[in-house]
Amino acid sequence: MIEIGDVSKTFTTRDGSTVTALSGIDLEIPDNQFISLVGPSGCGKSTLLRLVAGLVPADAGRIAIDGTAVREPRREVGIVFQNATLLPWASIVENVLFPLKIMHAMRPDSRDRAHDLLRLVGLGGFEDREPRELSGGMQQRAAICRALIHDPAILLMDEPFGALDALTREEMSLELLRIWTEQPKTILFVTHAITEAVLLSDRVVVMSPRPGRIDEIIDVPLPRPRSFDMEGLHEFQDCAQRIRSLIFGRSGRRLAGAA
Amino acid sequence: MPPEAAAPARRLSRLGQEVLLPTAVIVGLGLVWEASVHLFDIPVYLLPAPSVIWTDSVAIAGTIWGHTLATLYTVLVGFVVSIVISLPLAVALTSSRAVANAIYPILVLTQSIPKVALAPILVVLLGANELPRIVVTFLVAFFPLVIAIATGLMAVPSELIELGRSYKASVWQELHRIRLPYAIPFIFSGLKVAVALSVVGAVVGEFVNADQGLGYLIVSATAFFQVPVAFGALIILSVMGIVLFQAVVVIERVLFPWSAESGQNTIA
Repeated sequence: MIEIGDVSKTFTTRDGSTVTALSGIDLEIPDNQFISLVGPSGCGKSTLLRLVAGLVPADAGRIAIDGTAVREPRREVGIVFQNATLLPWASIVENVLFPLKIMHAMRPDSRDRAHDLLRLVGLGGFEDREPRELSGGMQQRAAICRALIHDPAILLMDEPFGALDALTREEMSLELLRIWTEQPKTILFVTHAITEAVLLSDRVVVMSPRPGRIDEIIDVPLPRPRSFDMEGLHEFQDCAQRIRSLIFGRSGRRLAGAA
Repeated sequence: MPPEAAAPARRLSRLGQEVLLPTAVIVGLGLVWEASVHLFDIPVYLLPAPSVIWTDSVAIAGTIWGHTLATLYTVLVGFVVSIVISLPLAVALTSSRAVANAIYPILVLTQSIPKVALAPILVVLLGANELPRIVVTFLVAFFPLVIAIATGLMAVPSELIELGRSYKASVWQELHRIRLPYAIPFIFSGLKVAVALSVVGAVVGEFVNADQGLGYLIVSATAFFQVPVAFGALIILSVMGIVLFQAVVVIERVLFPWSAESGQNTIA
């Protein structure tokens, strides 16, 4: 269970002015739920992710995982970034084992676990390849394995499919759902893509910028397992439409402005 | 042509392009040189013909070999000293803004001093021995290396640093597991520049104070109008520079193949 209570975060820019990245954020995420953070650029969704990760301290409010306040990075958290950021000098399996080496947590069966994870995401046989030999999608799969290697209870994903092409993106969404079904985890997923958020999530948190705050939390009433066929269902359409109207305004005024 | 048959053919044509063509051009230029000297009757103390350079140099091959070894020693020691000092210096420079502000102006100052002007002062300071030559070599070679290593250490994507932090990597782990390996392509571009500059530095040192070395040989040979020998020494110095440069390239390819192919080093 992740508890975020009345959290605020302000950054000081280079010229000395302050920017309120987050203001009065309240959110509770039960175990093994899939939550998406959606919103325009600058709404603080990535900052919120980093606060939960313990990479950035909050200015005010409380963030707790299973009742313990988050003051520094914690072992039960795994992170996936927009770019795979694999170490270019290490083989795929070494990249997956990287967190264990940093945490001095290598065990005799760790290597087997890495191989199992790679097989789970369809990278069996690529263990000893180097990152530059893999496509972007395959690199991101390896990055997901790296985040899962220490079996974290919480997976934080910061636009993990943002750098991928549309087809690979859809494929990876289904892949992620499959992994999540096989190894249930609490997932906090930052994305720009509205349909992706609806397809994946139990709840979608819609945020608005300046200052970053939560507009609305939308429950996605779709059954599991999910598939892209559900995009046609009116529940899906309703959710997507609701999110869209929250982000762009009911009149479509900001949509026109953005275009 | 099937690809397996095409590959050796392509390799052969690449060999022709990369080795045979430049060799032919150099040999051609040498022939033009040789012919011009004979044709225009250029005196040997102005421009000796390649054949004269060869015979005069071979005549004192033993002496030249000794001078070559002396210079090579200075170059290599100066180069190694540059590496040993540049690495921690670059780490310190990138560790904090305060350290950078403290050290960086001094580094720039060492670069703005003309080394040729500094060399005689170093001889007074350190004595007429090997030391001032090595110090001059170091001063000429180390700066680009420090900048290259520091650039590499700073070029690590912030997400990679965050990744390390999220697993509570210590400062030391962040350095040797993430920053330093990431900087290797940058370090090798710096090493390539530094090794070429080491040759320059060693010769500058030998010009000012030495009783051996190719720089000393050039100074003493020209003083006695043995111009072919001076040319011989010059050619050996260039070959030494090329060989050392290529040695760095080979070391990178063998030890860090991923770095050599990363595209960071477009030269070599």
